[in-house]
Amino acid sequence: MDNPLVTPEIGMLFWTALVFIILMLLLTKYAWKPILAAVKERETSIEEALNSAEDAKREIAELKSNNEDLLNEARAERDEMLKEARGIKDNIVAEAKTTANQEAEKIVAAARESIQHEKMAAITELKNQVAVLSIEIAEKILKDELSSADKQKAIIDNVVKDINLN
Amino acid sequence: MRSILITITIMLFSLSLLANETEHKAVSSKDEKYNPVPPIMEHISDAHSWHIVGGGHDAIALPLPVILWTDNGLVVFMSSEFHHDTKGHHIVARNGLNLVNYHEKIYVLNDGEEHLDIDEEGKVANVRPIDISITKNVFGMLISMLIVCLVFFKAARSYKGGIKAPKGIASFMEPLVLFVKDDIALQNIGEKHHRRFVPFLLTAFFFIWFNNLLGLIPIPGFSGANITGNIAFTLVLSTITLLLTNLNGNKQYWKHVFWMPGAPVPIKIFLIPIELIGLIAKPFALMIRLFANMTAGHIVVLSLVSLIFIFKSIYMSAVAVPFTLFISVLELLVALLQAYVFTMLSALFIGSAVAEHH
Repeated sequence: MDNPLVTPEIGMLFWTALVFIILMLLLTKYAWKPILAAVKERETSIEEALNSAEDAKREIAELKSNNEDLLNEARAERDEMLKEARGIKDNIVAEAKTTANQEAEKIVAAARESIQHEKMAAITELKNQVAVLSIEIAEKILKDELSSADKQKAIIDNVVKDINLN
Repeated sequence: MRSILITITIMLFSLSLLANETEHKAVSSKDEKYNPVPPIMEHISDAHSWHIVGGGHDAIALPLPVILWTDNGLVVFMSSEFHHDTKGHHIVARNGLNLVNYHEKIYVLNDGEEHLDIDEEGKVANVRPIDISITKNVFGMLISMLIVCLVFFKAARSYKGGIKAPKGIASFMEPLVLFVKDDIALQNIGEKHHRRFVPFLLTAFFFIWFNNLLGLIPIPGFSGANITGNIAFTLVLSTITLLLTNLNGNKQYWKHVFWMPGAPVPIKIFLIPIELIGLIAKPFALMIRLFANMTAGHIVVLSLVSLIFIFKSIYMSAVAVPFTLFISVLELLVALLQAYVFTMLSALFIGSAVAEHH
């Protein structure tokens, strides 16, 4: 133990202990506590910020899924409405068609009837016309036939001849 | 790049001063072999004055206060009153006592004597007063205390005024502080108890580290004191670890010391002295590790410089300077590493004392 290197000196022991304890007290009060408190505070604030960001993200995701739902609902409703409209249209068209058909039939029937009437009238007219013409023709022919005595005689002869044969 | 160049220049400059210093201790005769041990020993030992440059009576040294508690009361004077004498020749008379400095130890001369009472083996029979002088190491320690305080007070100040990212010195120190807190204290002591040991561990870590670094600065008048390579320094720190460990030991801890659970009774009895030795051995190892590592670093650097004088050739510096540079850079790493190891093991020992076993 005579080696001065490994013989602790009382002065150095005293001063080291004093300096270390004073340093520890000073640093604890003025350095470690404020630094660690600040770091801790920062850590909590970062954590809070991260948490709130996470919350916001979740909220956004929720909103997004809500939107998606709404959109889907709207789309379904639109489809429904379209389908309904198409049905109504079809109905209206079909009804219109039936009505039109009926109307057309009616018109056609009325037309046909009036044609019949016209035809009958025309026929009657024609018949009358033909009778008048026939009489006129017969009159002319008779006038012509009976204009001379020869011809009258020939006719009488003919008639007489026919009677004889009978 | 510029800072590297400056560092190298300073190192080379200080090497030349180291050389200057060792030169004066070299024997004047060229035939005699140069013995590097005395200057190295002088360099790594404590001293009452801060030697800067030169030797003998021409030496330039920073005088430091000598504080003695003698039989005749408190004695205070500046170390310059010894006139660089460490051979016990120059007598300083105070409070009716004749004081001499013999190999940086203060002795009281017996009445009527002019010289120390030294026997054939070199042992001094004279009385040593209680010496609480501000020695080179104490002064260096005060400087490093000042630096640690400045650094961390400045760092702490930058946290004031709301939450913000660390800036300046705080951004460099904060990861280290958090490393000590989370990776040393929390890991080894556990969530429940670590908080109350954090101030000690942080202070120990930074105080040891800064002292280690200061010891590596060879610029004269600045530092270069082998503070952490002083056994008294490491003894105090390891004693604090010892006290913290055992004063905070819980029931489980003491049960493991005195009545090892799970072992047969004869083994339990056998283990008691072993565990009791272990209580002392753990901090003892802490003390020796830091002391030996730092002292060894200083010795290696000085030995490499001494090569120039052993070979008495300037060309030797071509080998000595790069090697010294290399070892000095390595010592920068060791300075941090030893601070880490000391703190780590302290935390481990404290952790074993407060841990709750299942």
